[in-house]
Amino acid sequence: MEPNLASYLALSGILFTIGAVGVIYKRNALGMFMCIELMLNSVNLTFIAFARYYGDTTGQLFVFMVMAVAACEAAVGLGIIIAFFRNKVTIDVDEASLLKN
Amino acid sequence: MVSTALFFLFAGFAIACAVSLVYHKNPLYSAISLVGVFVALSCIYLTLASPFIAVTQILVYAGAIMVLVIFVIMLLNLDDEQPRTRLAYLYTLGGGLGVVLLAQTLFVFYSVLKTPLQPVDPNATAGSTLSLGRAMYTEYLLPVEIVGIMLLMAIVGAVVLARKQARVGLEAVDGKKEG
Repeated sequence: MEPNLASYLALSGILFTIGAVGVIYKRNALGMFMCIELMLNSVNLTFIAFARYYGDTTGQLFVFMVMAVAACEAAVGLGIIIAFFRNKVTIDVDEASLLKN
Repeated sequence: MVSTALFFLFAGFAIACAVSLVYHKNPLYSAISLVGVFVALSCIYLTLASPFIAVTQILVYAGAIMVLVIFVIMLLNLDDEQPRTRLAYLYTLGGGLGVVLLAQTLFVFYSVLKTPLQPVDPNATAGSTLSLGRAMYTEYLLPVEIVGIMLLMAIVGAVVLARKQARVGLEAVDGKKEG
């Protein structure tokens, strides 16, 4: 079969599912961060597929915005990971439990 | 025919790298797998007539964000993720949630298959960089400016987060040695 809109949506959903399961399974803050990046990219694929099949540029513009948000997330998120490591000498998210007390 | 082969090649490569990302415990292997996913998705964007987004994907994600991630991995000298004693039902819960998400995916797939699709004009300019630039700086100028301000805020936030806090007065009270 020729790849159509449904094929790209299926690939996007499969990648998003893998990322979501990875966020649940990973205990490493950096691994969780990378799985979130995977989810963002699968959503970008959905935007590009719809932009192509509806002939609309807005989808690609939205992907550009998502990339900017991902860049901000990388900068601030990795800063948080470094600060967390400086305090706890680990990046296991189970150690982030100060708010429990 | 060629587009079918290319789609399944890049889709298979992306899914394999994604599974490798989740499977590996060493963060460096996960990062390299994620770069593979980014490259595969960039090739898929090219098959969807989006050259600008494909190149930006390589430059921003594979080039900038992943280099930053690998810097952090080497800076913190991270090792393999240690296996921890976890409640057994959490794995089942994670797998179950994944199956539910996959079921939603297949439902969307089924819905789109049932919808009559309009034929795609191969000569349309929707994916060209010219139309994207024109839309970005005329119709959508305000979101583009907001993105610039957001990036500036992220840079300032990252600098504030990463620098050491001066704790001159509190050091005696804490009794905790810094560094």
